[in-house]
Amino acid sequence: MAFKGAIDVDIQNCKGCSVCIENCPTQSIRLSGSVNHKGYHYAEMTGDACIGCSSCAMVCPDSVITVYKIRI
Amino acid sequence: MTIEDIKKPENLVYRKPSLLTDNVMHYCPGCSHGTVHKIIAEVIEEMGIQEDTIGICPVGCSVFAYNYIDIDWQEAAHGRAPALATATKRLNPDKYVFTYQGDGDLASIGTAEIIHACSRGENIAVIFINNGIYGMTGGQMAPTTLIGMKTATTPYGRDPKLNGFPLVIADMIAQLDGTAYITRQSVHTAAAVRKTRNAIRKAFEYSSKGIGLSFVEVVSTCNSGWKMTPVQANKWMTENMFAKYPVGDIKDILK
Repeated sequence: MAFKGAIDVDIQNCKGCSVCIENCPTQSIRLSGSVNHKGYHYAEMTGDACIGCSSCAMVCPDSVITVYKIRI
Repeated sequence: MTIEDIKKPENLVYRKPSLLTDNVMHYCPGCSHGTVHKIIAEVIEEMGIQEDTIGICPVGCSVFAYNYIDIDWQEAAHGRAPALATATKRLNPDKYVFTYQGDGDLASIGTAEIIHACSRGENIAVIFINNGIYGMTGGQMAPTTLIGMKTATTPYGRDPKLNGFPLVIADMIAQLDGTAYITRQSVHTAAAVRKTRNAIRKAFEYSSKGIGLSFVEVVSTCNSGWKMTPVQANKWMTENMFAKYPVGDIKDILK
């Protein structure tokens, strides 16, 4: 049994603190090269290794991450 | 299967708690306050006590906490949140009353209030954010600042000869008979967030049992005040703050 996940980031409210990146066990998040309207490099999903564990969303101080998960 | 196939409502596993308002938090990037606000919102939502919860805001960075969690709030004078919570709980014994305080509020100007609220055994929950610094006013030394820690008012590091020793509030009030549950947690990893959520839920439950005061200290970061990035601050906290403020339960009278 394996899981596959995906995250949605509320780009305009992300402050780019990178705490989610540090807590991701599969290195599936990175800071975007572009910035939001506050000038922060926002978090975004990268690659397809996400397992939907929600670690990133749990530690996010601004609650901008929504997590989806399916069983494959 | 594409990413868009996974992002469907039936696959949702984690979202922002509905009790958190859409206001953008004024906290600095990576501030622990936001995480603790989210945990409180989750616990209140999980317990279904939105209509029965009254929070008391402190003075400090979290002075605007009432803008972010959709429950009833009161704003206390600096350090006086436990006194206001005492009145609120005694007038509304059926409500869940909690205070949300930082270390400059609770451990400095409000030391008398918290100690006497604990001593009287008020049936409230206290959430204490300990980041060892005065964040809002520009990073001055707080009573909980570690020995050798550089702040705006101790530029060469805290010297015990001049500035005294750090105040370990949770261990101090554990000696008082009026306290029921005292724990120290943190929010820097997902595992720590889960433990803090359980601790805050327990504190809310104990506060409705009439057995005394529940106290949850959250060892936190203030990356702006510490002059670090949020990730460095979390690392510094685990290496330095945990030595003086070890995480774990300190007292639980029902165990």
